[in-house]
Amino acid sequence: MDILSLFVTVPVLTILFLAFTKNLQQVRMVSLVGMLVQLGMAINLLFAYFKERAVNTDIMVFTKDYVWFESFNIHYAIGVDGISVVMILLTSIVVLAGVFISWKVADLSKEFFISLIVLATGVFGFFISIDLFTMFVFYEIAVIPMYLLIGIWGSGPKEYSAMKLTLMLMGASALLLVGILGIYFNSNADGGPLTFNILEIAQVNIPFAAQKLFFPLTFLGFAVLGALFPFHTWSPDGHASAPTAVSMLHAGVLMKLGGYGIFRVAMYLLPLGAIDWSTFFIVLSSFGVIYGALAALRQNDLKYINAYSSVSHLGMVLVALLMMNKTAWNGAILQSLSHGFMTALFFALIGMIYERTHTRDIQKLGGLLKVLPFISATYVIAGMANLGLPGFSGFVAEMNIFVGAFENADLFRRVATVVVVSAIVVTAVYILRVVGIMLMGPVKNEEFNDLPASTWFERYGVYLLLIPIAGMGIAPLWLSDMILESLTPFIARF
Amino acid sequence: MDFSSLLLMRHEFILTALLLLMIVAEIVVSEQNKKNLVNFGVLLFAIHTAVGLLPLADGVLFGGMFKTTVLTHFFKSVLNIGVLILLLQSGDWLRDKVASQQKASEFFMLIFSSLLGLYFMISAGDFLMFYIGLELSTLPVAALAAYESLKQKSSESGIKLILSAALASGTSLFGITMMYATSGSLYFDVMTITASNLTILGFLMFFAGLAFKISLAPFHFWTADVYEGAPISVASYLSVISKGAAAFVLMILLFTIFKPLESIWINLMYGVALLTMFIGNLFAIRQQNLKRFLAFSSIAQAGFILLGLLSVNQLGATTVIYFIMIYVFSNLGAFGVVQAISNQTGKENIDDYDGLYRTNPKLSLVMLLALFSLAGIPPVAGFFGKFFLFTAAASQGYYLLVFIAVVNVTISLYYYLLVVRAMFLRKSENAIPYFESKFMMKLGLTITVLGILIIGMYSPLYDYIFEISNLIFKS
Repeated sequence: MDILSLFVTVPVLTILFLAFTKNLQQVRMVSLVGMLVQLGMAINLLFAYFKERAVNTDIMVFTKDYVWFESFNIHYAIGVDGISVVMILLTSIVVLAGVFISWKVADLSKEFFISLIVLATGVFGFFISIDLFTMFVFYEIAVIPMYLLIGIWGSGPKEYSAMKLTLMLMGASALLLVGILGIYFNSNADGGPLTFNILEIAQVNIPFAAQKLFFPLTFLGFAVLGALFPFHTWSPDGHASAPTAVSMLHAGVLMKLGGYGIFRVAMYLLPLGAIDWSTFFIVLSSFGVIYGALAALRQNDLKYINAYSSVSHLGMVLVALLMMNKTAWNGAILQSLSHGFMTALFFALIGMIYERTHTRDIQKLGGLLKVLPFISATYVIAGMANLGLPGFSGFVAEMNIFVGAFENADLFRRVATVVVVSAIVVTAVYILRVVGIMLMGPVKNEEFNDLPASTWFERYGVYLLLIPIAGMGIAPLWLSDMILESLTPFIARF
Repeated sequence: MDFSSLLLMRHEFILTALLLLMIVAEIVVSEQNKKNLVNFGVLLFAIHTAVGLLPLADGVLFGGMFKTTVLTHFFKSVLNIGVLILLLQSGDWLRDKVASQQKASEFFMLIFSSLLGLYFMISAGDFLMFYIGLELSTLPVAALAAYESLKQKSSESGIKLILSAALASGTSLFGITMMYATSGSLYFDVMTITASNLTILGFLMFFAGLAFKISLAPFHFWTADVYEGAPISVASYLSVISKGAAAFVLMILLFTIFKPLESIWINLMYGVALLTMFIGNLFAIRQQNLKRFLAFSSIAQAGFILLGLLSVNQLGATTVIYFIMIYVFSNLGAFGVVQAISNQTGKENIDDYDGLYRTNPKLSLVMLLALFSLAGIPPVAGFFGKFFLFTAAASQGYYLLVFIAVVNVTISLYYYLLVVRAMFLRKSENAIPYFESKFMMKLGLTITVLGILIIGMYSPLYDYIFEISNLIFKS
């Protein structure tokens, strides 16, 4: 078994083992061990990648290719570059943290962990695929468990949210499917065979008319998952109703599939279409950045605040991707990572607070710093990272985005940059507003004085996410070097 | 003609023998042992299915009226497996409810006759044989629909089916005569279809008759009522076996003898596909009764099949056959669960399934897989079937239609998820209590689940169909 296929095999094995578990204890142990192995493999992959990169200058390394459906030229083709390696690392950390945070799930726990790991399998498979068909298969595998996860274990109007989320994301895949088929049937433009292989399609000059037609379809197909305004409405409802670990995984990892897919598929394969459409989509995503930030300002529900904050931050990723230069792209990928860790941490903390106080309304909370010191202090750290304080991951990412975006000399892109930058101010306001109301001040409710402290599994989950946030902030260079190197083939297309 | 060439009709001969055997058995077997007739019938058919899988030579009989190729042989085997699953799933119902009324062997006889009709339809080399097959496959089903003669709805369903089927096949026959008038022959190989007005009218009328059998809009009105009234096994037969075979035949005819009319029927298929998908999907949303629900769902599925027909080549043919095959397993899975629960409790509404997962997890999982496969969610087979159909349509540049079709997939996902919601998300005080299915039902459901899981991901099967579907275009 090759080093990459293991990322799909191990979760599948974990699921099989889970199917035969008898009690809660076994369910927890199997999931924990499975995902620990997964994290170990991800770290191993990182080092293996460095070693391989030193001697191998291919665009993708560790590639494997097995013919699947011969007459369509569909292959199970896998391979990674620096970008996918860091995404895999992000996923394995967030999934493991999710398992820790879900330690207490008792209702249908076996089914819960199975669905969670099915979702993870889809995400891992998506990041290792370099064949559009395989990628699409994994994409859909990642989306559908959300329905059960939110619908069964969620809270509030969960049936509504689950249905809305599933239908919107599946509706988006309608666009995506047409886009992928369009790319496929144009992949013989230079006289070669039809192919789904991303690397091979990148060698082909797809006619401009086709690029112009299929870029928006592919872009939108992925962008709905990346919460592009105005297709983001599934996200706040979905997050608010989802159980903690699912919100973490969803905002932390699943939404990253959107940005990654746009970059790897829509922009890499259809660069002329991307240039042609960039103005329109920059307007939409810049608006999303501001809109998300302002909406977060007006919310009282912690999960809604964080969900709109995600809309705003992922809007930045989309803007940065469309700015078409290395610095901005580097920022976009760093922002994806940084947001992944940060928002997962936020959702984990919100889950802990909600479990103890049974409310997510910040107006009903107050003085939590006194009664829940660990959770509150971490919340402040996550908040600081979110608003881009130097020393944390958010700063590195946003700095790159703004510098890169401003490198474009034309007025429109500079104005867009300024608009997006101004969202940072709003971000600071809504973060500090929550910190002020919820954490500072006197304890609002007598009952809060006896809230239980955080448990070991909660702490492990939190540490897992804190380390990379701080790590990225303090020593970003090795990471951004690795990403920048992988951006070379992309920039060559533009 | 020597008799060994009659072996080419192996499927037909064995099935006829089974049919006669069932009549003899009905007479010979004593009152007390009537229940065993069911086991006997299923066993016989299992043997027939197994024998049917053996390779068969290609050939032509009766001066070209009957043709058999690897492709027809393969498709007959698919139908056999489908009917076998269906018989397994109906075993309990036949034993417990029907055998006591002395009607068990009739059920087998009627199903076997109808299947025989489908065989002839598939192997037909001229329109006469085709028409005989069409009639033979439809009439027994009308009797089957009215099978539970004590129930008013069942009789109603039988009458509805026989009247509309008679009209449909009459229309078809009229169409055939017009084509005969213009081309001077009934033999597929000899007929030369040219785009004259009379031929086109004949084709349209002929198409209407087949469209009725596949329940394409606007010839679908009988579907939901008949399914609702008929016993579940019969609804399942209509929706899976009879529809699958008719769709297969439609494809063969369109791709071969009606090829000269391609420019005309391509547009027709485009429109009918659109209408069928939307009608099937939008009506399915409002259904409470699972049989009606599956009726509209199967109308919508038929609309998807038409997308493959837009690509008149090996790719289109393969995707259609592949999809039908997957559809057989997926739909039988869904009908099987409905049947299991209906046998046990008599409940057939979506609301009755509330909280089913907590009491009957295995049945719920089978239903989940079957519905996901119908909806086209990976990694189960339905996804591959749909994706390839869409690829076939896109290969001819019908991107807009593909987009509309995928939007329809999303709509269909909504109502499939309504059933999933009832089973998994809801909790209920009076959920259907746990029950253990009998052996035959378990076996039937297991085969469908294996089919749903394996057919999609196991690509050699697709490659095999791709290879043999080339036969359509040779000759």
